[in-house]
Amino acid sequence: MTGMTIAAELAEQVTRALADATDVATLRAVESGAFPAEAWAALDGLGLAAALVAEDHGGAGLGFQDAMPLIEALGRAGAPVPLAEAIAASALLAAAGITPPEGTLTFAAAGARVPCARHALHVALADGATVALYAAGALRIEPGTNIGREPRDTVAVTGAPVAQGTLPNAWGSEAALLLTALIRAAQIAGAMQAALALAVEHANTRKQFGRPIGRFQAIQQQLAVFAAESSAVSVAAAAAARAADQRGLANAAFEIGCAKITAGEAAARGAAIAHQVLAAMGITEEHALHHYTRRLWAWRDEGGSERFWSARIGQAAQQGGALWPFLTSRDEESAA
Amino acid sequence: MTGLRFDLRDPPPGAAALRAEVRAFITEQESRWTPEVRARSWMGFDRDFTRAVGARGWIGMCWPKAYGGGERSFLERLIVLEEMLAAGAPVGAHWIGDRQSGPLILRLGTEAQRAKFLPKIVTGDYAFCIGLSEPDSGSDLASLRTRADRVEGGWKLNGRKIWTTFGHLCDWMIALVRTSAPPEGGSKHQGLSQMLVDLKAPGVTIRPIRDLVGEEGFNEITFDDVMLPDDALVGQEGAGWAQATSELAFERSGPDRYLSSHPLLEASLDALRNDASAAPALGRQVARLWTLRAMSTAVAGMLQDGADPVRQAALVKDLGNDFEQALPHAMRGLMDVDAMPETMRRLHDYLTQITPTFSLRGGTREIMRGIIARELGLR
Repeated sequence: MTGMTIAAELAEQVTRALADATDVATLRAVESGAFPAEAWAALDGLGLAAALVAEDHGGAGLGFQDAMPLIEALGRAGAPVPLAEAIAASALLAAAGITPPEGTLTFAAAGARVPCARHALHVALADGATVALYAAGALRIEPGTNIGREPRDTVAVTGAPVAQGTLPNAWGSEAALLLTALIRAAQIAGAMQAALALAVEHANTRKQFGRPIGRFQAIQQQLAVFAAESSAVSVAAAAAARAADQRGLANAAFEIGCAKITAGEAAARGAAIAHQVLAAMGITEEHALHHYTRRLWAWRDEGGSERFWSARIGQAAQQGGALWPFLTSRDEESAA
Repeated sequence: MTGLRFDLRDPPPGAAALRAEVRAFITEQESRWTPEVRARSWMGFDRDFTRAVGARGWIGMCWPKAYGGGERSFLERLIVLEEMLAAGAPVGAHWIGDRQSGPLILRLGTEAQRAKFLPKIVTGDYAFCIGLSEPDSGSDLASLRTRADRVEGGWKLNGRKIWTTFGHLCDWMIALVRTSAPPEGGSKHQGLSQMLVDLKAPGVTIRPIRDLVGEEGFNEITFDDVMLPDDALVGQEGAGWAQATSELAFERSGPDRYLSSHPLLEASLDALRNDASAAPALGRQVARLWTLRAMSTAVAGMLQDGADPVRQAALVKDLGNDFEQALPHAMRGLMDVDAMPETMRRLHDYLTQITPTFSLRGGTREIMRGIIARELGLR
């Protein structure tokens, strides 16, 4: 329970820091290729990158589930800074016995595009269970973007790593994929909350036929669906994170996959509803909505799409015998 | 939007052992259940099965021992419910009494009412139904017209209830009726009361209504000068609306709102176990099921803590109904009906016909979404 209180406090801190240091203009700047240094400095000052690193290694020692509200909060602001990446990368490095470096840090599975590599001082690359930490100078970076116009760069190794280590079995050989799926699921939950708030605000102010359109049941019913999907993603991300805390990241692949499928499907449904409610205004560059919806569409594909995960989850279920015993055998009992 | 917040809950200590115990019990019983019985889920009425469940202590699990209950936690009860529904057990004879009527009597009934009704719900001797809908009052429930008038020694009941599931097989109904006119210019939600009605009493006429499957599951029940004793009133006179709606979180958040089609998912998975092309579609269903289960368990935890998560319950019901309703069509997309093994096909056929009820019973989809919209600050 204490852990959850800390988690709520951290999320609140992040929300405040982001509100002070970022706005829609920040998202525009990020999308035009700038690095929001002030926002990064404000958040970096909170020391959150080491949130998941054990206390005896200088971190806050939080669990994955504790970190989810914080990462949702980042998503609510459109994730203008790669803090979720820094948090996950630090955890990954620490698990491989490498001390996480100070400053901007990101990560990816070897071969995958790297979020914000061009802005990072260090990049952690995981090839199976082997994690290598590179300084920016040891990498050749070819800039790219996702449909949220966030930096997603292709990286080629040109020099030696600063450090290298091996992940323990509990983290497995897919840790980078699983971490990406988990943080994107939580960010999707947050971005959905932001898009929903914009849609509700619009529905309560935009008048047609002499009254706010939010008075019409057709609009209410759609936004209710959006809210339900948004809640589902929050719960799914938290439940997957809990499984990772209880059984280790590698053994929570099933839950993380389920959460990512739920998040991806909900992201599509929510974005479509938000645009329907905001109509032409939501399509304009000027309106904030598209910064969230384009991220929602992009994040569906990072850390494994619905297609990728549903094939794996389906296969696991096909091989798992009767479904109900298979699902319930993954429950962890709470302590007495 | 605090009304849409969910806090995760872990299964209680001893969960796995309890689950195994229920599963072993089901294994002894399930050979008698046809695919249609399983597809009926909690709409399957089998008094003998209910008595056997009661003998194991799995009805009224959370009620005080003084009334035959088990004083177990809400989360332990959830395990029993999940196992029963996942197997398609015919739990209908005790479902309403255990889920709604018993808890209502426990919370608001008199000591005499508790002592009279709860032990018999626990044993399966009293089966309850709910008297809400009327021919002219569905979603606009507060417009109902059945009335109970004060008379010497009790109440005189007149009116009509409809769509009452198993009314013809049950012993008691808790009916929401009008006991006084709404105040001038006031809300029609005032002046309603909840009444215990003995369905064997003179003046009660029960007419089964054949449904689209060809079965007689629900009924029209007419009350013609039915005499109710003084102590038929549950709770406070005139407070029936608030009493009835306060139970909604219990009614709407349970696994009965997303597991109604589950036996078909199991049968489909069995039939498609070696079909690699079916894996993605199955995986999507499994992921959704997993998410819904986490949400429903979270609501059970909130209920255990004494919170009133009525909005979360509406939200889980809406998402869950969508899932259980879409399942037969999704499975049909993976295998032609003629190619389905017999059990799968019979589950599919029955569920295809009955799934429209899932987003009607317990409050329609539109009502659920209206509740969520209000929480969002719309309307």
